[in-house]
Amino acid sequence: MSELRAQLREWRAAVDKRLPPWWSRALAGLLIVIGIVLPFLFSPASAFMNATIIAVAYAVMSLGLNIVVGFAGLLDLGYVAFYALGAYSLGWLGSGFFFKAQVHVLVSPVARTLPGVHLNFILILIAAALICAAAGVVIGLPTLRLRGDYIAIVTLAFGEIIVTVAINGQSIHVGGGMTLTAGNLGISAVDAPYFPGIGSFNLLNLRPWYWLIFAILLVVLFVNLRLRDSRLGRAWIALREDEVAAVSMGIPLVKTKLLAYAIGAAFGGMSGAFFGTYYTVVNAGQFQFGFSIFILAMVIIGGLGSIWGAVVGGLALGYINNYLIPDVLNSIPAKLGFNFQLTAVEFGIFGFLLVIMMVLRPQGLIPERRRRLELTAEITAEDAQLVETQGPAGGPT
Amino acid sequence: MSPVGTPAPPAVAVLRAEHVTKMFGGLVAVNDVSFDVPQHSIVSLIGPNGAGKTTLFNMLTGLYRPTEGRILLGERDITHSRPDIITRHGVARTFQNIRLFGAMTAVENVMVGHHARMRAGLFGSIFRPPWVRREELQTREHARELLAYVGLRELVFDRLASQLPYGDQRRVEIARALASQPRLLLLDEPTAGMNPQESQALTEFMRAMRDDLKLTILLIEHDMKVVMGVSERVTVLDYGKKIAEGEPAEVRADPGVIEAYLGKQA
Repeated sequence: MSELRAQLREWRAAVDKRLPPWWSRALAGLLIVIGIVLPFLFSPASAFMNATIIAVAYAVMSLGLNIVVGFAGLLDLGYVAFYALGAYSLGWLGSGFFFKAQVHVLVSPVARTLPGVHLNFILILIAAALICAAAGVVIGLPTLRLRGDYIAIVTLAFGEIIVTVAINGQSIHVGGGMTLTAGNLGISAVDAPYFPGIGSFNLLNLRPWYWLIFAILLVVLFVNLRLRDSRLGRAWIALREDEVAAVSMGIPLVKTKLLAYAIGAAFGGMSGAFFGTYYTVVNAGQFQFGFSIFILAMVIIGGLGSIWGAVVGGLALGYINNYLIPDVLNSIPAKLGFNFQLTAVEFGIFGFLLVIMMVLRPQGLIPERRRRLELTAEITAEDAQLVETQGPAGGPT
Repeated sequence: MSPVGTPAPPAVAVLRAEHVTKMFGGLVAVNDVSFDVPQHSIVSLIGPNGAGKTTLFNMLTGLYRPTEGRILLGERDITHSRPDIITRHGVARTFQNIRLFGAMTAVENVMVGHHARMRAGLFGSIFRPPWVRREELQTREHARELLAYVGLRELVFDRLASQLPYGDQRRVEIARALASQPRLLLLDEPTAGMNPQESQALTEFMRAMRDDLKLTILLIEHDMKVVMGVSERVTVLDYGKKIAEGEPAEVRADPGVIEAYLGKQA
């Protein structure tokens, strides 16, 4: 088994050596092109298309949470709060909910005639990112002074607080007879994105939705990759590895952690805003504690700290949750003579998957490069000898 | 510069501790300790286990706040400064039990040491303008130079720190500390776990570092051979109190020091 692995590694190294230097860029370009033409292979209103859109939006959230949990090592169990805030940003800035206001910026001719605040989706996206980043800072300031498990407990509480506020927002009056949220009734009739030229965003043609969330994914992916290989990314990993050593190297503890938390929050908010408009309603019931765990499971199944892992984890759970279980395998229990549908036990299935993963591949589907090194690279015997013969510490004297 | 009433020290003090006390609840870990570290010198801090040496180090680098007293870096009061700010002002350290970032390579560890001297922020890191690219390249280059300087084999530069042998880990830690371009380097038992030849080599390397990099070095050390060989001044702590201070020979002859180390003779 280990011989086989060594052989595989050798082949891989040989292949890597033969590839030209522009190989990785070409591959990235190819993947982007495939991503863009993908929807033409499926009917524009199919269940698979719907599942793909949701899965890509999950991947965006998973990438955001990966910065917080994977890079900076801050276990955040309240990520649903930023999904909620992002969705509400859309509800507030892209619907007739604040009916006394009359604000219209770059929206469709129909929306222009309606009361309320109607901004173009790009502006809402930016606003959602900023609102969530600001909320991340406010939540993070008291929280991130704690360590380890305590962070998890306090973020969990903040997540619940925001969701509770959303549910009870009907009784929070903001003036003029308007309330903060519509509680479990939901803010509905939110604007669909309006980008002349791409096509109309409606439920009979899902392709424009897909391209929109795919573009968001590319932006978030780009930011993730850039941050990972930067001064900031190294600082996060240093803090994750050893907080005391990191601050002694000149890394400001609170500021650096806050940045991770705020950026993660901003990405969650962007995805939340997309979900708001895609589901056409912003309902307090959408934001459950279980969703925080669901996103965390994507990060862990993908590989904690791994960017591509977060994408794959998000897509995988997205497809399983929205396509495989409800559309493909749902009737299996009935066929076997049981009296239930598979969707009724989906949480059991996810739990089972997590356990299987932890047993068979605890490092995740696509482990972080560092962990891969930890698991594979070993000091060879020849190296050990070198150390012994070379001996003394201290530098050239 | 020096407070009224005390005679000015012979050389400019890079670091000065004034009546520093640290209490953990009722336990007095460091009790009213004052000392100077003159510029461009190597000063040793010695004492039996539990004498408060590392606690003092932790106060000097901002990890602990002194209960009483002041710490001056040059003319700047750093008593209540955060560790990262103190690093920015030119203090770097190593740790008694090595604290490298295990999941990062040797080069990356040293690059983290550069953190305080780099400027790329959030947007710089995302958009990576030419000056950030340059900074990143120069940092990587400088990190490799530093690793070569402390005597690491190039073969292991891109190995994870956790997979390096002990001696190499010690070297990487020193390189990481040097990366922040300190004026004052604090070494916490750098020869721990080394054999006599290795200790001897490190002793010489400390002198070389001081001269090459215009450093001042403050050292916690148990190996008396190293202490006597390398330091210009020695400060002795026992039960948190300073019991002696002076040149190595003086300190070695001090009856109080002998008593602290060997016990009172009947």
